[in-house]
Amino acid sequence: MKTDIKLIVDGKRLDGRRPDELRKIKIEAGVLHRAEGSCYLEWGGNKIIAAIYGPREAVPRHIQNPLRAIVNARYNMAAFSVDDRKRPGPDRRSTEISKVISEALEHVILLEKFPRATIDVNIEILDAEAGTRCAGLTAAAVALVDAGIPMRDIPVACASGKINNQIVLDLGKDEDNFGSADMPLAISPRTGEILLLQMDGHLTEEEFDEAFNLALKGCHIVSELQKKAILEKYKPILEVE
Amino acid sequence: MIQQQKREIIIPSQLLGEVKLKKAGRGTFIENGKIYAEILGILDEKSDYINVIPIKGRYDPVENDFVIGIVEEAMASNWLVDINAAYPALLHVNETPWDIEFGETEKYLNYGDSIMAKVLQVDREKKIQITLKDYNLYKIKGGHIIEVEPSKVPRIIGKKGSMISLLKKYTKCRIFVGQNGRIWIDGNDDDIKKVVETIKMIENESLSFGLTNKIEELLKKDAKDVR
Repeated sequence: MKTDIKLIVDGKRLDGRRPDELRKIKIEAGVLHRAEGSCYLEWGGNKIIAAIYGPREAVPRHIQNPLRAIVNARYNMAAFSVDDRKRPGPDRRSTEISKVISEALEHVILLEKFPRATIDVNIEILDAEAGTRCAGLTAAAVALVDAGIPMRDIPVACASGKINNQIVLDLGKDEDNFGSADMPLAISPRTGEILLLQMDGHLTEEEFDEAFNLALKGCHIVSELQKKAILEKYKPILEVE
Repeated sequence: MIQQQKREIIIPSQLLGEVKLKKAGRGTFIENGKIYAEILGILDEKSDYINVIPIKGRYDPVENDFVIGIVEEAMASNWLVDINAAYPALLHVNETPWDIEFGETEKYLNYGDSIMAKVLQVDREKKIQITLKDYNLYKIKGGHIIEVEPSKVPRIIGKKGSMISLLKKYTKCRIFVGQNGRIWIDGNDDDIKKVVETIKMIENESLSFGLTNKIEELLKKDAKDVR
């Protein structure tokens, strides 16, 4: 999109961040009682609840895999999550995001432990402000740990992009709408494996490398926050005498 | 007395040690010669083994475990029973003490009934079979069933049943602890209330040391109050 909007003034972005700075992130594990595991996450203006149900027997039976479990992530935006009311129900966008998140999670969960089962991951976007798929995946990962599901790693996601010819970390709403590229990235922080990499817009090869490394850096910062949130939730059980 | 090790919360993917020095136990996996945790839990190092004891999670059925199940469905020659595992368990008519005609399963056990059962078999596909043919296994009539985290069950039973025999001694309740985290309690109302409170306390403080002695003192005190 061609615009003359200045998104960076004197090295500062619209919301006062430096180009390599993340928005404010708050993570809280174990917020729902009836779910096996859950997580509430605030990432800038994004507000997200993720809930895990299962592992439980997959129905109907023809979707079962006799050797491993299936991961069934469902990304859903609430009607009130955006400025204009969003028509409720699944659409092309949320179906796609559900699919890429399911596949990212499949690579870190030890699925062989639960043959014939399904692990349902519900990601509910209560408030949206760009980067919900990264925030959704990050929340789902914390909820999976909270559910006590065996995993190889705790996945984490973060986006980078290009605005006013500069590579920046973690795009905000206006930056996403009026910038020239947006690139969400999800990794497995222990091994560095890439679980999700999408791109919207145009980047040259050098710009891509720069954006990729920046997003990688962001992922590792968020990963520490995830671990801190889990420890914070479960530390009190050690403190009884 | 042996120095008690400090307890530590472990999150998945945390590095725990190297294969050369230690052996990977429960709740861990090996990658490139290193041992990592796979679940959220508490670190437990016993002799050479590194284990991670889960804090949360479903009951993982093991053969010969005693469990409490709730009947989900009665079919012509078997029942499906919820035992709090990831999958429902199958109870066949041949595995009951009764002589049942084909199609008359509902007369004996129906939807919502509770049973004490034993896990007979768990196969590679995690198909679970349970049985009622063992000493002390019945259909449950009366009493209360409460649920706790399956990982806390060993603590509620105690070393060689020390904790559970304490509860029985001081409250005159009949108690059956299923390995799947369901506990059946029968007795008079006040005693049931006391047992439930005590079990909740054990569950909350399951990580503290010398818990059995603490619970005994508490129960002793309460017993005096009543008299």
